[in-house]
Amino acid sequence: MNKKQKILEEIITKRLIINDQSHSVAFPAHHTLLEVLREKCGLTGTKHGCELGECGACSVLVDGVPILSCLRLTAEVGDKSIETVEGLQDGNELHPLQVAFADFGAAQCGYCTPGIIMIALALLRRNPDPTEDEIYEALSGNLCRCTGYNRIVTAVQWAAAMIRGEDWRPATEEFLGCNSGCD
Amino acid sequence: MAKEFFNADKVRSQTGSDFELIGTPFRRVDGRAKVTGQTQFADDLSFPRMAYVKLVRSTVPHALIKNIDLSVAESMEGVLATLVGSEMPVPFGILPVSEDEHALAIDKVRFVGDPIAAIVAVNEDIAHAAALSTKVDYEVLPTVSTFNDALDSSGPYIHDYGDEGDIHKKVSLKFGDVEQGFDKADFIFEDLCHYEGNTHLAMEQHAAIGVPEDDDRVTVYSSSQTPHYVHRALTKVLEIPASHIRVIACSNGGGFGGKSDPFNHEMVVAKLALKTGRPCKITLTREEVFYCHRGRHPVLMHLKTGFKKDGSITSQHLRTALDGGAYGSYGVASTYYTGALQTTTYEIPNYWFEGARAFTNKPPCGPKRGHGTPQPRFAFEVHLDKAAHKLGIDPAELRLRNLHSDGALTANWLQLGSIGLGECIHAVVDGSGWNERYGNLPEGRGLGIACGAYLCGAGLPIYWNHMPQSGVQLKVDRSGCVAVFCGEIEIGQGSDSVLAAIVAEVLGIELPNIRLCVADTDLSPVDLGSYSSRVTMMVGHAALQAAERAREKISEAVSAHLEVPIADLVFAEGRVFPASKPDSGMQFNEAIVVTEARFGTLGFTGSYIPPRGPGRFRGSGVGPSPTYSYSAAVVEVEVDQETGIYDITHVWMAHDIGRSINPVLALGQIEGSIYMGLGEAVMEEHVFRRLPKKLSSALVHKMPSMLEYKSLGFHDMPKVKSYLIKSNDDRAPLGAKEVGQGPLLPIMPAVANAIYDAVGVRVDQVPIHPDLVLKGLRQKENGRESRVGPNNFPDIDYGPPLTVLTPAQGGDGRANDDPKHKKGLRSASGTMKERDEALKEGRSASLTTS
Repeated sequence: MNKKQKILEEIITKRLIINDQSHSVAFPAHHTLLEVLREKCGLTGTKHGCELGECGACSVLVDGVPILSCLRLTAEVGDKSIETVEGLQDGNELHPLQVAFADFGAAQCGYCTPGIIMIALALLRRNPDPTEDEIYEALSGNLCRCTGYNRIVTAVQWAAAMIRGEDWRPATEEFLGCNSGCD
Repeated sequence: MAKEFFNADKVRSQTGSDFELIGTPFRRVDGRAKVTGQTQFADDLSFPRMAYVKLVRSTVPHALIKNIDLSVAESMEGVLATLVGSEMPVPFGILPVSEDEHALAIDKVRFVGDPIAAIVAVNEDIAHAAALSTKVDYEVLPTVSTFNDALDSSGPYIHDYGDEGDIHKKVSLKFGDVEQGFDKADFIFEDLCHYEGNTHLAMEQHAAIGVPEDDDRVTVYSSSQTPHYVHRALTKVLEIPASHIRVIACSNGGGFGGKSDPFNHEMVVAKLALKTGRPCKITLTREEVFYCHRGRHPVLMHLKTGFKKDGSITSQHLRTALDGGAYGSYGVASTYYTGALQTTTYEIPNYWFEGARAFTNKPPCGPKRGHGTPQPRFAFEVHLDKAAHKLGIDPAELRLRNLHSDGALTANWLQLGSIGLGECIHAVVDGSGWNERYGNLPEGRGLGIACGAYLCGAGLPIYWNHMPQSGVQLKVDRSGCVAVFCGEIEIGQGSDSVLAAIVAEVLGIELPNIRLCVADTDLSPVDLGSYSSRVTMMVGHAALQAAERAREKISEAVSAHLEVPIADLVFAEGRVFPASKPDSGMQFNEAIVVTEARFGTLGFTGSYIPPRGPGRFRGSGVGPSPTYSYSAAVVEVEVDQETGIYDITHVWMAHDIGRSINPVLALGQIEGSIYMGLGEAVMEEHVFRRLPKKLSSALVHKMPSMLEYKSLGFHDMPKVKSYLIKSNDDRAPLGAKEVGQGPLLPIMPAVANAIYDAVGVRVDQVPIHPDLVLKGLRQKENGRESRVGPNNFPDIDYGPPLTVLTPAQGGDGRANDDPKHKKGLRSASGTMKERDEALKEGRSASLTTS
C-alpha cells in the first residue's frame, strides 16, 4: 500500500451535536461534514449537487451560521452545534418554512429544498421581516433548476409572516394564475 | 393545505372547475416529504454490505483501446472486483434503431468521459484510488469535433452504422407543393440561425444501486425517468430474463430529459451486484453528469418561408444540422423533432423539412425539455418577427392571422386538438400592454413576442408494440385505503399528485386515503416514463379508467344494499350517498365492505393507448400526439447600449393547459420553463475546447462544473405573470393537457425579438451573449447590417425527399413516391451478426429486441 492509502485509513472519532442530539462517530480524517452526516449519521436530508461548493444543496447551520457542508471537514466542527433539515420540525409539526414551501410549490423535485430552507432559516432568525431583496441576497448562493426561484422567495416571505403571527399570504393569482378573476 | 385557505366554491367559480379536488391548489402528495428531507433519492439509499463503484473513463476523445491494466487496482486491499466491457458484450441504447452503446467500452472510446472499466470496493475512497491507478493504452484516432468535421470525415468513422460516414441520420420529408407555394408568395424570407447545445443540470447527480436477490435475481434502484426502458436495457445487457430483474426508480432530483436514457452505470451496478453478491452503489460526480449529458443538440438551421401580403404563409422549407455527439441516444427522434412540430402553431400549407444528425467525439446529445423543438421554434419565431416588420404587420397580429382552427390536420399529417393559442396571445398582449408599448418604449427597452406548441405525450412508444403505454391498477379494500399501482415516476413535475388526485376525485375521497406504489417494474403496471410530457395525458387516462371501473362496481354493491338506483349515487366527501337523500349514504370504507362482501377481493385496472396518428409515411411516427398544448410569451428587456449587457425585466406567459389538475403545480411548471428557457437564451452552453498541444490536444468539455456552466441564479430571475388558459379538449383526461415543456418554447425567440425592439439588433443565435448584442450595436453604428449570427450553412446532401400529399391536396397520409433508395432500409432485426451482414450489403440496420 502506498502512502496515500494510509492517509485514507486514518480514522478519527468525534462527538457531534446535531439537531441537539449527540452522535459519536468514527470517520476518515479527510471526510467532509456532508459525507459524515449522510453516511455515518443517517441524515440524508442534506443533499449534494456538486461537492465543490457551487450549488448550495448541502447547506447546513453550524452554530447558527450557514455553511456548505461539502467544503467543511467534519473534524473542524466537532464541538459546534450543527443543524440540518431533519431538526426543523417541532415533533411532527412542520416549521412554517416547510409549510410555505410545500403549499406554495416552492419545492418541485425537492432536491435543493433542504439547503435552501436552512439558509432561509438562518436569515429569518437574524431578520424576521426581510425585504424581497434581502431574501434574494441571502439565497443567491443556492441553485434550483425546477422552480424559477420566485416562488421560493415568496414562500420565505409567507413563512416569515406566519412566524411573526401575521395573517398574510401570497396573492390569489400566485395560486390560481393571473386570469382567474384576480387581475 | 393551501386548499384550506380558499373557499372551495370561490376557487371553482374562478377556475371554472366542476370538481372537488381537481383544479384546486392542494398540497402536492409528496410535498411534506420534500420539505422534511424524507424523500429518498437514489443516493439516499443504503443497504447492508453495500459496496461502492467507480468508473474509469476515457481521457481521449476517439481511440482504440489497446490495453486496460487493472493489476494495481486488483491488488489493493478493499477492492472487491473489477469489470471490463468484454464481460457485457451486448450493446444497448434507448432507440431500437441505434443500440450503439456498451456498458463499458470494449475496443473503442468515442468521447472524453466514455466509461472503460469499473471497480467496486468496500468504500468510495478505495474505489476512487483504484480507478485512478488503472492504466489504459490507446491508439488515438482523428477527432470529429463539429458537424462540418463529420461531413468531411473520411474515417475511421465513430460508428460502423449510420446513413453515411459520420452522418448518423438524414431525413427529407416534403409535404404538398413546396415550390408552387413559394411561387404564389408575395415575399420570401430566409434566415440562418444557430442554437447552441446546453445541458439539463438537474441538481441531483445520477445514482444507482444494484442489489442481488435470491435465486440470481437483481434489483436496480436508480434516478431514472424511464424505469421501464432501463428494465429492457438491463435484460439485454445482463442476458438474463426480464422477470429476474426489478427496476425501481427513485424520485428524481430533477430530470428535464437527462435521466431518460438507460445508462452505463446502471448496467455496471447490476452486473457487479451479481458478480460480488453484494449491493453495489454508484453516484456520479458532477463532472461525470456532464459526460452523461443527453442534452440539447446544437443545431444550425436554414429557414425559408413564403408569405402573402396579408401575412398568410404559403410555403416553408426548413433545413437542420444537428451535432449529435458520440452515440445515438434519442438522436434519430431528435432529428425528426427538429422538423415535426413546426406546423403545429400556424397554418403552413406546404412544408419541406430536411434534417441531418452527425456523430462527433463529444458526450451524446439527447432529449432536453422540448426535445428537438426549441431550436427550430427559435428560428421560426425570430423569422416571423422579421417578416412582420417587413410586411408591416404587428408581430402579435401576424401570429393571430395564421392560427389553425381547433381539430385541424396539418400539412405533415398531425391531428391537432383544442387550440387555445389565440387566447394565449391575447392574454400576454393585454397583460404586457403590448398594443400601447410595443415599438414605443424608450431606446434600450423593448418587448418581444413568441409562441410555441408541444406534444401531450409522444403518440408512439420507443419500441414498436401494441400494448398500453400506461397502466394503472387499484387495490381497494375494507380499510378504505385505495392503493394505486402505476409505473409512472415522479421527477418533480407533480406526476404523483396528478395520479392521486384523479383517483381521489373520481372516488370522492381525500388524498390521505390514497397510497401510491409507483415506478417499480415488479409491482406496478408498465408506464413508459416521465418524458415527452406524456404523464398527465396517459397516466391520467389510465387512472381515470381504473377509478371509474372501481366506482361502477362500488355503485352496484351500494345500490343493491341501500336499494337506490345506481344513477342516484354520489361519491363525495369520503362518502357514497344517494343525491336524493344525502344523509342516508355510507362512509367510503363502509361502501367497500359492502362491495367486498358482494364481489370478493377487489382489483381494478385502467390502461391507455393513444389514438394512432393519420400519417402513414416513413417518419410519421415522430410528431403525433393525442393533442397539443400552446403557449405565448411576451418578454421585456432593458439593454445597456454601452456594453450590450441586458436585463430581462418581465415575462408574461400564457399557456393553454386545457384544464389544470392543480394550478399551483401548473404555474410552477410554467415558471420553471421560463427560467430554463431564459437560461438557454441568455447564458447556458455546453461547449468544448482543445487541450493545449503538450497535453494531447484532446477535445474536452470546456466547463464540466456547476460554477463554470453558467445558469440563472436567484438574482437573474425576472418578474413573471403566468396565465392558465382553458380549452375544451376531449382527447385529454378531464381535459388536462401538458404544461411541463411547452412553456419553455417561446422564451428564447421572445428574448431575441425583445432585444431587436430595444436596440434594433438581431442576434440569430442562442445563447445571446452581451458581446453579440454589442457587436450588433457596433455594426449598426458603422452603418452595417445590425445582424449577428451564423453566415454559412454547409452543403448537405439530404437525399431525395419522401413526398407526401397534404390533407388539402386530398392525400391519404401515405408517401406517394416511396423511392427505391428507401426500399433497402428495412431494419434487419435481431443480432449483431445480422446487423453486420446488413451493413456489409450496404443496408441500414438496427438491433431490435422484439
